[in-house]
Amino acid sequence: MTETKASENKPSKPAAEVWITGIGIATSLGEGLDATWDALKARRINVDEKNFAPYIVHPWAPVNFDTQIPKKGDQRQMEAWQRIGTYTAGLALDSAGIKGNKEILARTDMIVAAGGGERDLAVDTSIMQAEARSNSAPGFLNERLMSDLRPTLFLAQLSNLLAGNIAIVHGVTGSSRTFMGEEGAGVDAAKIALARIAAGQSDIALIGGSHNAERKEMLMLYEFDNFNLRDKFVPVWARANKPGFALGSVGTFLVMESKAHAQARGAKPFARLSHVVSDQARRKAPGEVTASLQALWSKLGKLDDNGAIITGATGAEPVTSEELAFLRQHPDFAIRAAGTAFGHNMEAQFILGLALAALSISRGALFPANDTTALEVEMAKPPTQIVVTGAGHWRSEGMALVETVK
Amino acid sequence: MPATHDKFGRPIVVVTGMGVVTSLGAGKEDNWAKLTAGESGIRTISRFSTEGLKTSIAGTVDFLKVEPFSSPDLSQKLAETAAEEAVAQAAIGTKGDFPGPLFLAVAPVEIEWPNRLELGRDTGNPDYTYDDLLRVSGGGKYTRFHRRFLFGSVSDYLADTFGTKGSPISLSTACASGASAIQLGVEAIRRGETDAALCVATDGSVNLENLIRFSLLSALSMRNDAPHAASKPFSKNRDGFVMAEGAGALVLESYESAAARGAKILGVLAGCGELADSFHRTRSSPDGKPIIGCVRNALSDAGIAPEQIDYINAHGTGTPENDKMEYLGISSVFGEQTGRLPVSSNKSMVGHTLSAAGAVEAIFSLLTLEHQRIPPTINYDVPDPAIPFDVVPNKARDARVTAVMSNSFGFGGQNASLILTREPL
Repeated sequence: MTETKASENKPSKPAAEVWITGIGIATSLGEGLDATWDALKARRINVDEKNFAPYIVHPWAPVNFDTQIPKKGDQRQMEAWQRIGTYTAGLALDSAGIKGNKEILARTDMIVAAGGGERDLAVDTSIMQAEARSNSAPGFLNERLMSDLRPTLFLAQLSNLLAGNIAIVHGVTGSSRTFMGEEGAGVDAAKIALARIAAGQSDIALIGGSHNAERKEMLMLYEFDNFNLRDKFVPVWARANKPGFALGSVGTFLVMESKAHAQARGAKPFARLSHVVSDQARRKAPGEVTASLQALWSKLGKLDDNGAIITGATGAEPVTSEELAFLRQHPDFAIRAAGTAFGHNMEAQFILGLALAALSISRGALFPANDTTALEVEMAKPPTQIVVTGAGHWRSEGMALVETVK
Repeated sequence: MPATHDKFGRPIVVVTGMGVVTSLGAGKEDNWAKLTAGESGIRTISRFSTEGLKTSIAGTVDFLKVEPFSSPDLSQKLAETAAEEAVAQAAIGTKGDFPGPLFLAVAPVEIEWPNRLELGRDTGNPDYTYDDLLRVSGGGKYTRFHRRFLFGSVSDYLADTFGTKGSPISLSTACASGASAIQLGVEAIRRGETDAALCVATDGSVNLENLIRFSLLSALSMRNDAPHAASKPFSKNRDGFVMAEGAGALVLESYESAAARGAKILGVLAGCGELADSFHRTRSSPDGKPIIGCVRNALSDAGIAPEQIDYINAHGTGTPENDKMEYLGISSVFGEQTGRLPVSSNKSMVGHTLSAAGAVEAIFSLLTLEHQRIPPTINYDVPDPAIPFDVVPNKARDARVTAVMSNSFGFGGQNASLILTREPL
């Protein structure tokens, strides 16, 4: 881990404390904080082993989109990942009590961690089959793409149009930034939002991401390097012999704000977000991820004993074993892999971890272990600190500390 | 030593290295010579067949070859070329060891048609579906496609090559991406997190499907018979933008750090502003408020009044909608000063470099400050009476320029403005 050192650029005022005051979550296990909490307590898992066989996905649990995206016209302009994200962003704004508050939304900064949108597989398939039979006549692809692509599909595919739709539907317009780059995008969305608020560059931010597992073109991208979990679902920690991830379907958004801003409007915190750190090991030699995570751990400040860790571990190798080696250096921490219940959600995975951590802090309990190996153990006492970790399937390491507000 | 912090107590952010590639050529020197000579880099597309398409022109970068072509491959090559020039000029760090983070504006990535069709042939079945593609995808034969078509793939390569520190950030704010990458660097230095940042913006995405997608949105110029004359920002007969490729790279540093190591200071990033528009996915709010707010935010961030701006490097895409809205926004903020203020569009010559535009045009703005010469808006033969800007028509102009505003507006309600100055304010 190399960290740049700034010279005498001391910030002129002390860093602001940052609170998580809104959580929006909707997943394969249902929507909202209560449904999510109940599902976690019941150790529910929702996987589809048939429709994408041999691959396994966590399918989106349908919601009534009308409640957060009232205009059907808006819904039609989006593909699934955008609807999931825009819907969940609305839940987060509701949770924070700023939904419809034009004065606050007009200065709320937004950072969305996004991949790209769904392709129209029917159009692709019809073009692919016709191409295979046409002996690649010149101009064939031109003609078919011109006639078959829907103009609006482009806008449903553009990465920054999830943020664009949130601005349109919910009126969040302070700023709009979209980070891309798989798992690391979610870590850095949280990191930059926290840094900006702590430094007084921003008072309040909406961050989040969404992921839709039910996409064959994305299964294909990960299949190129055999990352997909096959045949039979097992919890993340039980995949050593058949490594891989089951893609998940989630929307997860957080409202973060300075303590002063929250107090001024009478908002109650779920938790405090104290640190977000990230790095990108080259992963050229074994042990680099373990070392990278351990270096990030040392930057979280003072950690109490007997805490908890919520990890976005994927189940893919070698990264999961490398993360395990790091986790084993902290045996007194209770570990939970979000991926067992919710699958792997790429850009959204780290923010999902933050949401689950803030929810656990606010409920005064860590949700139960869900593991067939002995790694995850029950935690009797209420957690006051939860470390959220993420080691991306190919690149990116991230870590955050979520704490009780004192 | 002069003050190292601005009037708000923040570290002053300066530029110590710049690199640029456009359809006009590679490097600042070549680009500036052609830009101020009013040359166009727009040409008939030769990369793929344009048979049956409404638009067959673009500002492609054909002198840098990647074989086989893919958008992330070319984007990476463009970015690397620009970043090499910027880092060499800054003479910062050592080779492969840049002392700060990477902020990369890059177009979204996905598997492309040649790859899809290659996999399709591998299925051995003319009636193949995505299930068949999935069946042949695994096993290690196509591992290279996983690496190439990850969204983080270009930043991963650049971080490795230049040895930037920490997690590289890839971002997209559509056509404002380049400005956003610079803004992220400015903010990190102002927070005191780092003394230097490498901000790169790149776009090599002129492929068949991307061209058709923009064409289906009726956004592109269809003046295929006269490529050089197709991009007509602010003209009455403008008919859309011209897709283009390019990259811009800037080494940003705290003034304190740059001065301490005796680096040549090329300009100052005095202010950044942004504001999102919630009106429509591709159109600006008709009242212009988000653009007005964005421009005001940039002025306020720099702590200067509109009267102190000597030149505006416009977003100026040449679409009927953008240019009209940009005039509304600028004239609302700059009032009666508007007609006297030079406002030119580099896109008349290099086309719209999309994700790269904000950085490419910030570099051209800095070169304007350096040379005290304003590049023109070419192809300006039929003025639009509804847009009475001084567009610096057709010929470059010498002028005293101390502060420039560079605007970037994009699909999805993205608005960003930068303020660049020769000296610290």
